[in-house]
Amino acid sequence: MNQPMDSTHRLPSWLRPPDGLPGHQPSPLIQTEKLSLAYGTQPAFDSVSLSINRGCITALVGPSGSGKTSFLTCLNRLTDLIPRCHVSGRVHLGELDVLSPKTDVLQLRRRVGMIFQKPNPFPLSIRKNLEFPLREHGMTDREHLDHLLLTTLQDVGLWAEVKDRLESPALALSGGQQQRLCMARALALSPEVLLMDEPCSALDPLSSGVVEDLITSLRGRYTVVIVTHNLAQARRIADDVALFWVQHGTGQLIEQGSSKQIFDHPQHELTAAYINGIRG
Amino acid sequence: MASSRMLDSDHLSAIAVWTAACLVGGFFLWLLSDIVWHGVAEISWEFLTTAPLNAGRDGGIGPILVSTALILLVCMVVALPIGLGTAILLAEFTTDESLFGRLIRRSLDVLAGVPSIIFGLFGNAFFSVTLGLGFSILSGGLTLACMVLPILIRSTEEGFRAVPTDYRLSAAALGLSRFTTLTHLLLPAAIPGLLVGFILSIGRAIAETAALIFTSGYVDRMPESLLDSGRALSIHIFDLSMNVPGGDAKAYASALVLISLLFAITTLSAWIADQWLHRRIIPV
Amino acid sequence: MIWSRSTFLSPSNRDRLLVWTLRGAAGIAGLILLFIVAFLILEALPALRTLGLIRFVTDPSWHPGEEFYLMLPMMWGTLFATLGAVVLATPLGLLSALFCRWYAPKPIARTYRRFIELLGGIPSVVYGFWGLVVLVPMISRLHPPGPSLLAGIVILTIMILPTIALLADASLAKVPQEYIRGAAALGLGRWAIIRGVVIPAAKSGLFTGVILGTGRAIGETMAVLMVCGNVVQTPQSLFDPIRTLTANIALEMAYALGDHRSALFVSGLVLVGMILTLVSSAEWISRGRIYG
Repeated sequence: MNQPMDSTHRLPSWLRPPDGLPGHQPSPLIQTEKLSLAYGTQPAFDSVSLSINRGCITALVGPSGSGKTSFLTCLNRLTDLIPRCHVSGRVHLGELDVLSPKTDVLQLRRRVGMIFQKPNPFPLSIRKNLEFPLREHGMTDREHLDHLLLTTLQDVGLWAEVKDRLESPALALSGGQQQRLCMARALALSPEVLLMDEPCSALDPLSSGVVEDLITSLRGRYTVVIVTHNLAQARRIADDVALFWVQHGTGQLIEQGSSKQIFDHPQHELTAAYINGIRG
Repeated sequence: MASSRMLDSDHLSAIAVWTAACLVGGFFLWLLSDIVWHGVAEISWEFLTTAPLNAGRDGGIGPILVSTALILLVCMVVALPIGLGTAILLAEFTTDESLFGRLIRRSLDVLAGVPSIIFGLFGNAFFSVTLGLGFSILSGGLTLACMVLPILIRSTEEGFRAVPTDYRLSAAALGLSRFTTLTHLLLPAAIPGLLVGFILSIGRAIAETAALIFTSGYVDRMPESLLDSGRALSIHIFDLSMNVPGGDAKAYASALVLISLLFAITTLSAWIADQWLHRRIIPV
Repeated sequence: MIWSRSTFLSPSNRDRLLVWTLRGAAGIAGLILLFIVAFLILEALPALRTLGLIRFVTDPSWHPGEEFYLMLPMMWGTLFATLGAVVLATPLGLLSALFCRWYAPKPIARTYRRFIELLGGIPSVVYGFWGLVVLVPMISRLHPPGPSLLAGIVILTIMILPTIALLADASLAKVPQEYIRGAAALGLGRWAIIRGVVIPAAKSGLFTGVILGTGRAIGETMAVLMVCGNVVQTPQSLFDPIRTLTANIALEMAYALGDHRSALFVSGLVLVGMILTLVSSAEWISRGRIYG
């Protein structure tokens, strides 16, 4: 029988305490090889080879239009939904060949959650927003659903705020609360990877701070890939940083490395210029 | 000199515009008041429920209303699943470039322009003769179903297109199947569009005459089954005014009933569309 | 963790099934047009085979009982009635749209637009009936017999006016405010702005409206059948009774047999041909306009 979600990907071996053990070698979970994407004839980014470490927070930075968000959508094959979108190259998630037509995208997207720039809860109640995807993935046990509801909402720090109005519409929440609900919704499916597309940019500074703390707290338990325009934020939260830039009419990966290395000893002149705020 | 000529053309055009508007508006009021004036005296509960007598000069339109309702029922029962399926395919599962989608769209556009008498010819040749359904409510309803499909599909498709892309992306990002996304998220959100399309289609079908003459027929008895011939309200008006000397009074009354039904239908659809707009704007 | 799978179809398979079901529905919807054309041709074939196309334009008259099948007078009837209606309805429709957008105070404009929408929803049989009991007697007083080309033109005008007015109105609404402000800043009067800026910008919508209205006029059956008198002749004046192609089908289909029935399907084909020619030439023209 096909066991729906085999539990191998949740082995605790890659669980790492948030502060990281000294001398622990990060191992790549996602690797892209010469990944390119074009909308029709318009290339979005070209030939990006990037590796993303397990349990780390990787920030993608760079000016608008350099293909960061497009890159993100390749990792969970959301590109399938975009008309005229053409992807080439390879993406590996552990052993899985992500772009292969044989890959079950629904299972893939369960392993790779995504948070969008604009909070996008469903027009349902708060409870339904969390339970509906779980039920669709075959979890119907009432007790377990309630348990997950409680723990994920606690995880995102929303439980105290919404516990009395779980049945009220999610769209009535504030922007920051909606975004945290969306994170809870993604976390409830216990994904390995979380893709975040500027999750704070549509929020006010206060909510943005709350969400940022939340992201930091995910370190070690999840592999996070976050697109951000906020360099200070990238510096605060990221373990690794990758810089995208528009060159020759298309987005390209300029430099990647640990946050420390990129911010303190940038190798490429564009990186140096960008982090010093001269360009971009 | 120049400025006074400009003033003149401004005045002249204003006069022309107001005259045209008064003409059209006046004409409309004339037509409507004429029908209401002559029709309202005849309308009573008895008129709506009893059978026509003396070729329709006396009695009511009971069986005719029943036949009309049955024809509409057949029409919508057939058109809805096909129309909904096509609309979903066009809105959710085809890109603008896909050949299949383009062919379907093109075919529907042309179909929308086909005169209703042609649908009548087709319905007679296909449903009545080839399929052997004869002159029956079934033939008439099926013919109308073909006729209303373009308008039904168009507005249902609009309904789906009005659903924010966010829903689709976030559902996909959660690994939900497209079937689930469709039934749990998109369909509920698109229901107003579906409703508007449904109502518009009923409006189109109830107003139709030419497509029914040789498909559902003229028989004004109470239909006993869907294979019986049944006279639609519009055909009743046609028959009374053209073939029955002295049938004008009842024709007026029937026309008033038909117009009132249509008025109710358009008002309802406008109201739904309105509510929908409001509902979409407020929570976002 | 309890992950149970209760459905017997996996989600991906269910998606595939869904798409194929939808394709089936869309296939049916798309095939209707093909079916219609196929049946028209199939039913028209006997007449085309025994009579040939030429007899429809060379026979002495339309007397199916005597096997005469001259279609020309009815084609003229359709053409004249349509042309007359389009010539009248186009300016009226445009003026109505201008009234709504530019001249009428807001509440009046809204009521007027609603009026026009209602006018567009009134069934053709009601127009026909009203024409028969009100309009035809009036024309008959003016110039007997009454049922005439003129009556047909008037009724068709009212029937296609809403189509033209509403589409013109919609395209007027889309004219960018900057154009209008720009023209007003040059000190142009209202009519000069309308003629010089608004109407050119709204041309394509107006054009579409006229094409759709023409199509509707060609295909209209019941109303013309009821007011035009249905005498098969080429009209010499506005007051002559005429019979259109559509009315002919509606009148004779009930009892037509053999070649006669088949000849009626030929006229159906002619009608579809007219509509298709209209639509495709309109597309051709508007495409030329976009790139030219």
